Amino acid sequence: MSKKEWPLWEIFIRGQHGLNHRHVGSLHAPDAEMAVNNARDVYTRRKEGVSIWVVKSTDITASAPSAKGPLFDPAESKVYRHPTFFDIPDDVGHM
Amino acid sequence: MYAQMVKSEGMKSSEEMSPEDRAFQDRIDRGEKIEPKEWMPEGYRKTLIRQIGQHAHSEIVGQLPEGNWITRAPTLERKAILLAKVQDEAGHGLYLYSAAETLGVSRDELLEKLHSGAMKYSSIFNYPTLTWADMGAVGWLVDGAAIMNQVPLQRTSYGPYSRAMIRICKEESFHQRQGYAIMMKMAQGTPEQHEMAQDALNRFWFPALMMFGPSDKDSVHSAQSMAWKIKMNTNDELRQKFVDETVPQAEYLGLTVPDEMLKWNDERGHYDFAEPDWQEFFEVIKGNGPCNQERLEARRRAWDEGAWFRDGLTAYAGKAAARRAGASVAAE
Amino acid sequence: MAAIAEITAAPDPVLADDGLKPALFDWLCRMGDNCLILGHRLSEWCGHGPALEEDIALANTALDLIGHTQMWLALAAEVEGKGRSADDLAFLRDAMKFRNAKLVELPSGDMAVTLMREFLFDAWHFEMLTGLTESASPRVAEIAAKALKEVSYHLERSSDLVVRLGDGSDESHRRMQDALNRLWPYAGELFTADKVDEAAAAAGIAPELAALRAAWDKTVGEVLGEATLTLPEIRFDVHQGGKQGRHTEHLGYILAEMQFLQRAYPGAEW
Repeated sequence: MSKKEWPLWEIFIRGQHGLNHRHVGSLHAPDAEMAVNNARDVYTRRKEGVSIWVVKSTDITASAPSAKGPLFDPAESKVYRHPTFFDIPDDVGHM
Repeated sequence: MYAQMVKSEGMKSSEEMSPEDRAFQDRIDRGEKIEPKEWMPEGYRKTLIRQIGQHAHSEIVGQLPEGNWITRAPTLERKAILLAKVQDEAGHGLYLYSAAETLGVSRDELLEKLHSGAMKYSSIFNYPTLTWADMGAVGWLVDGAAIMNQVPLQRTSYGPYSRAMIRICKEESFHQRQGYAIMMKMAQGTPEQHEMAQDALNRFWFPALMMFGPSDKDSVHSAQSMAWKIKMNTNDELRQKFVDETVPQAEYLGLTVPDEMLKWNDERGHYDFAEPDWQEFFEVIKGNGPCNQERLEARRRAWDEGAWFRDGLTAYAGKAAARRAGASVAAE
Repeated sequence: MAAIAEITAAPDPVLADDGLKPALFDWLCRMGDNCLILGHRLSEWCGHGPALEEDIALANTALDLIGHTQMWLALAAEVEGKGRSADDLAFLRDAMKFRNAKLVELPSGDMAVTLMREFLFDAWHFEMLTGLTESASPRVAEIAAKALKEVSYHLERSSDLVVRLGDGSDESHRRMQDALNRLWPYAGELFTADKVDEAAAAAGIAPELAALRAAWDKTVGEVLGEATLTLPEIRFDVHQGGKQGRHTEHLGYILAEMQFLQRAYPGAEW
């Protein structure tokens, strides 16, 4: 068997104009251009997208899983960042 | 099921569990998803690779029995629908291999294990598709049985597996229906078509029941997989659910389920039914089913004869990258 | 198949011209049969592709072509006016009534033959459909516009793969050159006009085939050049006759397989 496996690419698709690209999955391709073409064939068979990004999986730098607590927990104590923190009397109307 | 008799790592008693093991189990019990780079017990990782890999293999070997009829589909519409469905199976294989790859195994390694016989695929795909009615029976019964397992697996504990299953279930929603639609046409068509439909049901009924695997209610392997939420129901639960749902569908078609013991049990609120021939099942698993040879040969041939294509594209990508690098050096 | 191939039945004076009908029926069958037979050949790959990504991509192209077949043959049947359907035309005509070029019925062989054939055909198909969007027949123009979107992508993909495999490894280069040598003498049939093509062109329904040649030559020359492949020094129009119903031996086997159920169970519904 061939030992030169095509690299793995992560695929991001913008589902509709105005939305963010979202990670939809991955696939194999010999280079970035073919990864885009393959992504069109694999991940937009049901007209799911208007734009495709591809990133080589090995080029992604991720936060360390053990840092999950320190990175994200502090935000939990800042409840005032969310609109529901503030009580506004109904009489004021929609805000 | 598309993953049958997946050997799980042995279950640890609570005394044997390390603090990591226990914390891990707590996360699963709380319904948290486990993501690729996070700590996980080696047994969890290995079992998942086996299960997701087998599931992926089943999807791509599963292309073959139905692919067998694409060039003989009787109308342009049926041809398009069948081709789209079999193509979806390739896609599902691709999603599942990708999920397995997040566990530190490559797709090519998994394929090598399929080709060497070291990894299995579902027993059901070793049965032949002999008439057009089989396209109906496969969609209705085989996809129907697979869905029983795949719907709960959307809630499985491993994030990439769960997301692949969500995508697959969404795409597969038309597969079982297209099969049943073919069965309706056949069962309600000419006498010859009706005969083909009944024959297809006769041949696929017990192999479909075998898809869930032998009873595992006392299996320690299953207990561990269920504790890890990579198996959501026992084989018997799923098989019963399948029979209960399928029998009325067969009645609607005016077809007879080929089981003389089949009978509604008021007390249990379920159908009683005959067990499939497990001897036959184990022969098929061992490689002695009606189509094992053909299926594996077809996969190996596709892979071997595709080597120059994959390597040729790799060679071009290398050259193109070198040319780009050369051009940027020249520009500096 | 309303959902997959929806064509508005707008009034179309061109199609109503009785004198033109026999030629127009033949011409529409040529468009439909090319798509049907090439789509059939591509569909043979499903489950046997060299990589999952390619398996899926080939099926997409085949699905597009089956969709085009439905549109062209439905219109052909309507023009004929004898109560036949697109399925009747696809599944109940014998080889001598099929109007596809020989190029598309040749066996798929390896991926090199499959992709080279796809490319030579796509380059023609693209120019043809582009011309047809200006057709005097609104119905024809409508089908062409819909198909052109998909065929633009077919051409983009097959050109890209021809370049990559031609300029890839030694083996992929050799296979692509062999495929080109094998297929080249079949390509010219797509450009050789007969009375049917002339009638369609005179009525403003289709472009003149000869007029498509310059753009095709340019595309093919550029892509093959980039692919480091050499044009064979043989005529490209040696093998003719497919579109008049004189085929290779291969078509009979395609039809034997494709038409089996309709032939074995006449009148059954599927």
